[in-house]
This record gives sequence, structure tokens and C-alpha cells, in this order.
Amino acid sequence: MCVVLADLSKEQKVPAMSQSGEKGKFPETAGYVGFANLPNQVHRKSVKKGFEFTLMVVGESGLGKSTLINSLFLTDLYPERYIPGAAEKIERTVQIEASTVEIEERGVKLRLTVVDTPGYGDAINSQDCFKTIIQYIDNQFERYLHDESGLNRRHIVDNRVHCCFYFISPFGHGLKPLDVEFMKAIHSKVNIVPVIAKADTLTLKERDRLKRRILDEIAEHGIKIYQLPDADSDEDEEFKEQTRVLKASIPFAVIGSNQLIEVKGKKIRGRLYPWGVVEVENPEHNDFLKLRTMLVTHMQDLQEVTQDLHYENFRSERLKRSGRNVEEDVMDKDQILLQKEAELRRMHQMIAHMQAQMKMKGDE
Amino acid sequence: MTVCGRGQWSSSAAGPAVAVIEGGRRRGKEEKEGKERQEHREGLGSEVNPSHSNMTDSAKLHQPHPPPKGERSHAGDFSYVGIDAILEQMRRKAMKQGFELNIMVVGQSGLGKSTLMNTLFKSKVSRKSAQPNPEEKIPQTIEIKSISHDIEEKGVRMKLAVIDTPGFGDQINNENCWKPIMKFINDQYEAYLQEEINIDRKKRIPDSRVHCCIYFIPPTGHCLRPLDVEFMRRLSKVVNIVPVIAKADTLTLEERDDFKQTIREELRANGIDVYPQKEFDEDAEDRLINDKIREMIPFAVVGSDQEYQVNGKKILGRKTKWGTIEVENIAHCEFAYLRDLLIRTHMQNIKDITGSIHYEMYRVRRLNESNAGPGLAPGQAPTLVPAHTNGQTKVNGGPPNGMAAQCEVLTHEM
Repeated sequence: MCVVLADLSKEQKVPAMSQSGEKGKFPETAGYVGFANLPNQVHRKSVKKGFEFTLMVVGESGLGKSTLINSLFLTDLYPERYIPGAAEKIERTVQIEASTVEIEERGVKLRLTVVDTPGYGDAINSQDCFKTIIQYIDNQFERYLHDESGLNRRHIVDNRVHCCFYFISPFGHGLKPLDVEFMKAIHSKVNIVPVIAKADTLTLKERDRLKRRILDEIAEHGIKIYQLPDADSDEDEEFKEQTRVLKASIPFAVIGSNQLIEVKGKKIRGRLYPWGVVEVENPEHNDFLKLRTMLVTHMQDLQEVTQDLHYENFRSERLKRSGRNVEEDVMDKDQILLQKEAELRRMHQMIAHMQAQMKMKGDE
Repeated sequence: MTVCGRGQWSSSAAGPAVAVIEGGRRRGKEEKEGKERQEHREGLGSEVNPSHSNMTDSAKLHQPHPPPKGERSHAGDFSYVGIDAILEQMRRKAMKQGFELNIMVVGQSGLGKSTLMNTLFKSKVSRKSAQPNPEEKIPQTIEIKSISHDIEEKGVRMKLAVIDTPGFGDQINNENCWKPIMKFINDQYEAYLQEEINIDRKKRIPDSRVHCCIYFIPPTGHCLRPLDVEFMRRLSKVVNIVPVIAKADTLTLEERDDFKQTIREELRANGIDVYPQKEFDEDAEDRLINDKIREMIPFAVVGSDQEYQVNGKKILGRKTKWGTIEVENIAHCEFAYLRDLLIRTHMQNIKDITGSIHYEMYRVRRLNESNAGPGLAPGQAPTLVPAHTNGQTKVNGGPPNGMAAQCEVLTHEM
């Protein structure tokens, strides 16, 4: 998790050198204004405010979602977990469970919300299982929109879903029809990061084949997953290389575990089998470290894309829709006016007619 | 195994019955001698008790157990009649006739069904080998594909049919995905029944009935899915189901034990009777053996058709960065137990139960339904449910809609 601080520390180097002008590197020289200190102030403020991040995990039961989340953040988000039996699952619909945890590391506070979706893909007929999830995402956007348009905008709580880990089963030959349908339904609302779960079931060749297959199918169906941004040209080579490696490993094939096993005298997290030990944090065994690196280095980017792309899309759709509603009301009023005028004219005619009749009678 | 011929295959969508085409011949690999002996012994049925008098050399080979207490060798004895020589006659006849076995594999795509079949019979018997297609597309509806092979080992010939069901459980809406499979199984019973009630029937009716259905459970580690429960509940009444945990190399030993425990409880709670069924145990000895098996189902298996060298020996396995998983090592997975159950010890028993119980149930129901049907041969008056199967249907338990669904399928066919 120390990479978060590394980013900020790069900017810390800046105040020592002036960026505003060619003349002089020292604060006392003329031409130095001092706004190079701005990043520092931002940094201090954000550290005090803390960061918020909402992560949604979607996948069939038994793919190791909870174990992976616990391994990623080194916490236990589900202390009293109850796994229902098959008979109960028949009646269940998809539920949304959000658990929030505050993690602090080196003075930086992170308020992490993990949204779990138990019941996804369990039922025999999974036609409706993503309706609930889409509704939840839309509700969060709706609430943010409402807060943003409100009077008091000081303490807007950002509960929008910033990232969705979609767990793909390693037992199939690629994406299942359910996977494709779900991703097509939410790729315009949330950043999708596909993850291959329980990767210790695959040999190296199988894993590569599966990754290629999944990428092909994603391209074939036009699913827009989250694209890692290319490293800026002024970053150092190491960072560029890291980004390249990360981009090449999507989807990540991960293994999760919170059990400590002793291997060659060291205690590491892993899974103990009769034929060997799978180490969670060994990059040769699986992509867990890459997933964690991606998440922490790009947390900010994920939030930005959610704000700039998905939220803006939602907002424009929403406002367009409510605009159309207003027009329809106006049209209705016009119609009512016309109707009333027509009635008046008819009544005028009737009165004129009656007056004429009375006149005739009077004449007689 | 050396392959001397090609296997041909046929497929059908959920609809017309499948035509099974015979394939080429294959030679068996050197197996332990016990396999052949055991298989043959089961083929004799349990009513012939091997006695130990006047052992000829060839008869001696077929005594896998030491002589029971109280029996003495009667070689050259005055009171020896020679009844036990029937063993030899039956053996010769069985060798000439050969055996038939039809296994169906059911499970979601990608669970290793075809690989497991290839591993079980140590040769390429699955549809994937007959039709090499690297790009696997999930079919839109469930198809039933049957591939037949002739296998031979030490003079014993076997006609093996592997029935695959691609598309099962892969769709978004999996309701009624068991219907095509039940229809297929009932069609096979129907074909056998029609042949049986024929006036001019063949001496040996070709047996295409499904003897055993291996159901693959994905190794989630939690519990059975609703689809698994529904399928097994309905099909355990028409066919012998052997549930296995597929791709078990994803579970550690404790997870495996917990998972099995949960599955066994769920099967019990839902009234699902998988093979070996408790009620068909014939005597105490059977019950003992079967109880031990029942403690171990579902078997956690790993399949592989790739060979590696481990400690100088050639073994089938999967090689990963953290170790090599040996398929036939019982410390790694339970494939060896599954193979022993299906082939070495209980093959004949599986066929017997299919023939004498599941098929009989179907037959009784069918004949009762077509009471005044013209299709019946004279003298085949439909009887009421005989005592044997009557008790059996009651004990089978489970919700009544399983039976109703089957009746529904039957009436739909008729």
C-alpha cells in the first residue's frame, strides 16, 4: 500500500525547485511566486479529509470473492458469515450488502466500502439477477445528483461505485452467457475490472489460453472494460514498465488466502495442498500483486473516470429525461386551453341561437 | 494404449432418439489382474457361491478370496459332483459375448468431463477426441452426443458408450434443462421395452440404456447449487447417479472434507438417493462395502491425459509451478476410488440395478398406462405394481413432483 504515498512524494520534490520561471531555484530570488507550494497544501488537506472508495464485487457463489477482498486489504470484512444451503438459495433473489471499513496507513485514511452481491448467478433462472445491481448503481448516482443540485453542498458523501471486480469462473472455457449479458448491461455505468478467480486450478498454459479467450470474447461483444491509462511521458522508466506489464496481464488471474503457512522458515500467505504450496504474493504463481498494485496506483484514476465519464453520462441522460417531462406538461396545458375555447364558442353559439328564437317569439 | 481404429460418433438435439454407431477396436493396456477377475466374478451374480472342491488350474485363478472357514479341498473326493465347473462355462460364454456399458456425463461446460472419461479408460473415448475442435462454443440448447467404442483387455471385450450433454447448465435461464436428458434416458428404456415385448425378438437385446450418470459438481467449496439439487432429485429416480467433485485440485484437504460433508447433508435433506443406494444392498457384506463408499461420496477427482515423469515413473498428472498433481495418487485426489467403483468392483452391480430396478419401474409404469394398448403382445397383461418395485417407489421419498414430471414426460412421448 506504500505506493499511494510514493505518488505524492514525487510531488513533494517540487517545492524545492521552482517551476515558475527559468531564473533561480531559490525562494529568495526574484520571479519566484510560490504557488509551487500548492500541491503540498492539497496533499495536507486530502490527508486530513481522507479518501473514499467504493468497490463492488460481482460473481457466482464460491469463487472466492470474500477471501480475495480480505486478502487485498488485509482485513476481515465478513466476520460472521452465513452461507445458506441450496434449498434456501432457490427462494433467494440477489441482495446488495455494503460493508464499510476504515483503513489507515501512515497517516492516510481510506474509507473503503465493499458492495457484495450474494445470490448472483445462483438461481436456476438468472434472467433478473442483474436488475437489482443496476438499480443499486443508478440509485447511488441519483443520490449524488440530488446532493449536487441541493442547497447545502458542503458535505456530499460519495457513495458511487468506483470500480466493479467481476469474477470469472476458471472452470469454463471463457465467458459464460451470463457474464456477457451482465457486463454489457453495466459497462457504461461502472468501471469493470475482470478477474479470473481461483487461478490455482489452471496450469500456466491453460491460464494464458483462458486470458486470450476472454479478451477475444470481450472484444467480440463490444464490452468496454476499464482501460489502464498510459503512463505520462515524464514518468520514470520503471513506472512505464510497470504500467505496460499491468496492461498486458488483464484479466488478472488471482488466488486469495488469509492463512499463514510456513515455507522455508518464512511465514507467508498461501494455500497448502498435498502436492505443494501456492503462494498468494508470488508473482510467478498468480497475479495478486499486480491486481493490488493496479488498484492502489489507479484508485484516483478510477474515481476520476467514474466522475467524468459514467456519472456525466448518467447525469445527462437523467436531465434529458426530466426535460422531456416538462415539455409534455406544457403541451397538455395548451390542449386544455384549446378545449376550453372550443366549449366557450359552442356556448356562445347556443346563446345566440336561443336569443334569436326568443326574438322571433316576441315578435309574434 | 495403442489406437488401432477411429471412434465414430453421432449427435442429436433434444428430440429424436440417438442412433449409436459402433466405432473401431482398441487394445487394452496392462492392468492389474484383479480387474478382470473382479469384473467377471460380479458377472456371475451372487447366487453361485464358489466352492473349493476339485480345483482345476483355470478355476483356481478365479478365487480372489481365500477359502472361507469350514471348507476343505475335496480334490478327488467321492462326494464331488462338479457343480462349480459352471463357473468356467459362464466365464467362457461371457468372454465370447462381451460386456456393454453406457455412461452418461452431465455437468457445466469446462468441468473436465471429457478429460475424466479419457483418464478413466486410459484412451481417447470422449467426443472431444473424436472431433478435435479447439474453439469450444457453448451450444444454444442442450445436445445429447453419444460416442461408442469397442475396448478389449486380456480377451475381455467391452462395448463402451459415453453419452455427453454439452450445453447443460450453461444458459442464463436453466429451467427445465434436465428435461432433454430425462427424455433421452426414457427413450432408451422405451427402445429396450419395445424390443422386449416384440413377438419376434432378438436373442440378445442391444442394451442402450444408461447404466450410470456421472454428475459433475463445481468445486465452489460452499454447498450445492439449486440446479444441482433439482437435477439430482429428478434423475436419481430413473438412473444411477454418481456425483463427483470436478477439478478438485482447487480445494485443500480440509476444504474438501467440509465440502463433502455439506454435500452429503444436503443430499440427505433433499431425499436424493445416489449410487450406491441404501435400499438395494443385498446382504450384510454388501452393506459393509457400500457403507464405506457412501462415506466417501462425492469423490473429489482430477482428470488428466498428459503424462509426466515423477521419480522415474510415468504418471498421469497436471504440472504447475508449485507442484505436480498425480491423478492416481490417493493422497492427491480420489480418482482411483472412482475408477475402482465404476469399473473394477461395481460395474456389474450398476448394470443390475439399472436392469432390474430402474428399467422395471419404467416398464411397469408404461404398461399400466397403455392398459388397452394395441402395442401389447397377447399374454402380456399389464400387472399391478409388483411388491418389489412398489415398496421401492414409496421408500424413494423426495417430493412427488419428481414422479409427476416423469409421468408428464412419458405421456408427452405417447
